[in-house]
Amino acid sequence: MSKEKEPLFSAKNMKLLTNPLNQDNPIIVQILGICSALAVTAKLKPAFVMALSVIAVMGLANVIMSLLRKTVPPRIRIIVQLVVIAFLVILVDQVLKAFVYDVSKQLSVFVGLIITNCIIMGRVEAFALGNKPWPAFIDGIGNGLGYGIILIIVGFFRELFGAGTLWGYKVIPQSFYEAGYSDNGLMLLPPMALILVGLIIWIHRSWNKNLIEK
Amino acid sequence: MESALNIFIKSIFIDNMVFAYFFGMCSYIAVSKSVKTAMGLGIAVVFVLTVTVPLNYLINEYILKEGALSWISPSMADVDLSFLTFILFIAVIASFVQLVEMVIEKFAPALYNQLGIFLPLIAVNCAILGGSLFMQERAYVNIGEATAFGFGSGIGWWLAIVMMAAIREKISYSDIPKPLKGVGITFIITGLMGIAFMTFLGIQL
Repeated sequence: MSKEKEPLFSAKNMKLLTNPLNQDNPIIVQILGICSALAVTAKLKPAFVMALSVIAVMGLANVIMSLLRKTVPPRIRIIVQLVVIAFLVILVDQVLKAFVYDVSKQLSVFVGLIITNCIIMGRVEAFALGNKPWPAFIDGIGNGLGYGIILIIVGFFRELFGAGTLWGYKVIPQSFYEAGYSDNGLMLLPPMALILVGLIIWIHRSWNKNLIEK
Repeated sequence: MESALNIFIKSIFIDNMVFAYFFGMCSYIAVSKSVKTAMGLGIAVVFVLTVTVPLNYLINEYILKEGALSWISPSMADVDLSFLTFILFIAVIASFVQLVEMVIEKFAPALYNQLGIFLPLIAVNCAILGGSLFMQERAYVNIGEATAFGFGSGIGWWLAIVMMAAIREKISYSDIPKPLKGVGITFIITGLMGIAFMTFLGIQL
């Protein structure tokens, strides 16, 4: 602790925040936490709520585990992590049920599945157990944002092309429909989410050539 | 008994864990590189799902549900512990996986070496917790139905990962656009397989 105090938003910390948005994105690069990511993206609003919930759980879980990192014996750490995360998810679930009941119904079991969302376990395991609370918090928020961005992109395209709405409001004008345009119902079905993520990975890797698999 | 059979078939083909709900995608993508390992993980998932879903069914029925505690005393009939669902379910799953690991290690070392790394991974596989949560949400009426659902979901997951592994072994020799190689094409193939599986939606059970 004799080191000089690092500024809160030093370059290193900012990197923790911005890296997961692009180069180290949890979904399209680390391939973590896909289960919940795809199922909730048929509409923009649940995707947004889900992203917020994950950001909250992840930031807090990282902080708590980082504070506990010296007291928890490595043998039982998985159980401790599960309990901490489950506790936070219960909080989030109760908050969602209280304030946005309709969205909570749409998300159904997927709020509970945040517990087994591999991003959270993965980040706690890989980062929070070896770092101080503040960088761990930033790392959690950064990865949560990286997750949220993909969710929102997928949700945006699926709702726009699948239902012609955004956030529940009609955005494609009626004259389009009269001219013969019709919504693509396929976009609302689960398989399209997978294909969209596949396409996002394609585009992303065409830009970042270093990520291409051999 | 007929309805249990229906649930079994439905959970394999129509409500397939992977294609309809994306459960267990992380390990699905990571482990589907070769048929052999896919087979190992698939069997482990079938086994754990078949046991944990009925176990969690009993917990839900006798501890968590509103009024479930009335078997202790009638005065506890209006206690609703359902907010504890997540923590109890995940505790059951984690401890069961630990138990299975120890038992297999003791009595079947050969199988243990095959499954080895996959067993601990299963505790955090969303397919397992998802199975239990769906069981709770769909409110199956007896333990037979819950078991059929658990077993069927496991078989569905096993089927999906083995098929995917077989396809991936083949396409590793094909000429695909470089940025799409590996994960990208896996996603798209899974999507196409999902569309194929949707044809089962028309089946009347």
